[in-house]
Amino acid sequence: MNFCLYCHVQLERSLTWTNWLTVEDNDVLCSSCADKLERISGERCEVCSRAWSSALCLDCQQWRQLGENIERNYSIFYYNDTIREMISQWKFRGDYVLREIFRNDLKDTFEKEFAGNSSMAIVPIPLSESRMHERGFNQSLALAEMLDAPVKQVLGRKSDEKQAKKNREARLRRNNPFFITEPLKQAVLIIDDIYTTGTTVRQAAQQLKLHGCPAVYALTLARS
Amino acid sequence: MNIDKRILMSPAFLAQALSGKRLLEEEVPIPQKCFDVLRSTKQLIPTPAIENQKGSVKCIRCGNVALQYFSEYPCGVCQQNHKYCRNCIQMGRVSECKPLYTWGGAAVNWPRHSQPLTWTGNLTTAQRKAAAQLQEAVEEKIPAYLCWAVCGAGKTEMLFPPLTSALKRGYRIALASPRVDVIRELLPRMGQAFQGVSIEALYGGSEHRTGMAQLILATTHQLMRYHQAFDVLIIDEVDAFPYYLDKSLMYAAKQAVKKQSTTLYLTATPRKNFRLQMKLGKLPHVFVPLRYHGHLLPVPKFKLAFRLTNQLANQKLPNAFRQWLIHRQNPKRQLLLFVPKIAMIKELKGVITSLLMEVDAISAPDQLEAVYAADEEREVKINQFRQKELHVLITTTILERGVTFPSVDVAVLNAGHDVFNEAALVQIAGRAGRSADDPTGEVVFFHDGKTDAMEKARQMIVEMNARGRKI
Ligand SMILES: [Zn+2]
Ligand SMILES: [Zn+2]
Ligand SMILES: [Zn+2]
Repeated sequence: MNFCLYCHVQLERSLTWTNWLTVEDNDVLCSSCADKLERISGERCEVCSRAWSSALCLDCQQWRQLGENIERNYSIFYYNDTIREMISQWKFRGDYVLREIFRNDLKDTFEKEFAGNSSMAIVPIPLSESRMHERGFNQSLALAEMLDAPVKQVLGRKSDEKQAKKNREARLRRNNPFFITEPLKQAVLIIDDIYTTGTTVRQAAQQLKLHGCPAVYALTLARS
Repeated sequence: MNIDKRILMSPAFLAQALSGKRLLEEEVPIPQKCFDVLRSTKQLIPTPAIENQKGSVKCIRCGNVALQYFSEYPCGVCQQNHKYCRNCIQMGRVSECKPLYTWGGAAVNWPRHSQPLTWTGNLTTAQRKAAAQLQEAVEEKIPAYLCWAVCGAGKTEMLFPPLTSALKRGYRIALASPRVDVIRELLPRMGQAFQGVSIEALYGGSEHRTGMAQLILATTHQLMRYHQAFDVLIIDEVDAFPYYLDKSLMYAAKQAVKKQSTTLYLTATPRKNFRLQMKLGKLPHVFVPLRYHGHLLPVPKFKLAFRLTNQLANQKLPNAFRQWLIHRQNPKRQLLLFVPKIAMIKELKGVITSLLMEVDAISAPDQLEAVYAADEEREVKINQFRQKELHVLITTTILERGVTFPSVDVAVLNAGHDVFNEAALVQIAGRAGRSADDPTGEVVFFHDGKTDAMEKARQMIVEMNARGRKI
């Protein structure tokens, strides 16, 4: 017997001639839960994936003026109430298995949007040590590991204390919490759960590019 | 700040806050250093949270053994996979990685109150009889006792004598209810009735509370944080849970009480297993067959409406319903209308409004509203109905329990539907005739084929009334 991973109702999966090709679309959620996830469709900002009718949204125009350092972020879902609750139960409550909700969409999107670039390295956003002790896992790594591509954990994250102690020169670099543990000379795809302001992705990109990375892309579940 | 810390670290505080608990480290409400000291001095004792033996897994906090509710995560701290429980994850994740802590320090002596009861009202004869039984159950430490009281019997007052008795003996007590509204409503009433007793209300979102009072009012989930804590545990509406939650509730209740203790179950509609145990003489119990105002329960009338299911699906209302609306005994009474499904509410609201207008049951469409579980304005609408700003309220089974309105007629459209089980129908019928000023009220089940549940519900009400007449 199978149950919806999120709401626990029993799944009824009767195969018929009309659905046998598509039935595997989301094989962990019931149709009622699956229907509540909304994919971003139609026109979007070509850099950050926000639903937007011209090429660049206002935020991204601003980033460009400040010196843009990511090539593109691609988000799959609108950040609606349902995905917000799912992500929160997954990440904050620590319900690790809920990443399965996103496996197929993440893989498909990776194939469709990024697989042309086979020399790309998958890089997760690191978690601070105290967060790791609370949750026991890094949600960004949990997503990255679902893709059929080598994952390289080349970013480190300063703890808050270390950040307070650091010198002025470092502080000038916009309080960037990330550092590089191993320079990468290849293009990078950053994986994360939510793209909100885009600051996190760009801070990571800044460090990567300072150390010789030629191009940084991002793939995120939801665009808030 | 300083005073706070001193209180936090005092042995009396620690014992009171931690005895009878079973908590994850992050739930222990003390500073890290203090926690470390207590652990190294074995005043906090770690126990594995997940029992994993020979292929069978059990969550020690909620009792879950269903594999469907377990999963694993690769722990970034220990670099190995840990099982975790998904059944109780809303209360913080229980996993193989982190133990649960129980108190191993000094025992707490809860105060023995010589005159705890500050309530001065009077119990009715029926209430007094039952209260005496409950009191005896507490005094004799009878492990399980059931109080079968009709909707509107006034059960809170009946609890005062057994609670008084328990408080005089220096017992620790918990009252658990599935519904948070009940807990919120009970807190001021209990505070009034037992003014010198420490009382705390715990529910989802009240995690900042330490739960260290002598009398704990809690939603049933909160019991999972207690271990051998209570001398008396009162479980309200024990039948109100969906079956799958029932098991973990029973587990939590068992874990939360001391080895020598009394659990009192309160219900208006006991489940089969309880009724069987009563019949077999294995569960001592008492009936409260009369409402506090002394009047009998309204007995539901069945009205057959041919092809009702079909008609409703086509957004038509049966003639039987129209006829009843026209000939209601007291058209001034508000009307509570139950339908089986949310979808039906949306479909039928229009036709019901026009019918009610046509038969002069309402004079304007805005005298009618509809509520359902996920309705954001649920509280507002219920309040409007209570204030008589609304004359008619259409609802799903969410209003079957707890919510009381003084003077209503109750109609169920398609009472034969699966969602209306025996207990639900008894509870629904119990919404009518609640006030002493208008102790009757019509209850009508419209159906196109009587179900077992309908028959049994009516039978249960008739039997209770027969008992009530004898008092
Ligand atoms: Zn579901
Ligand atoms: Zn943009
Ligand atoms: Zn559990």
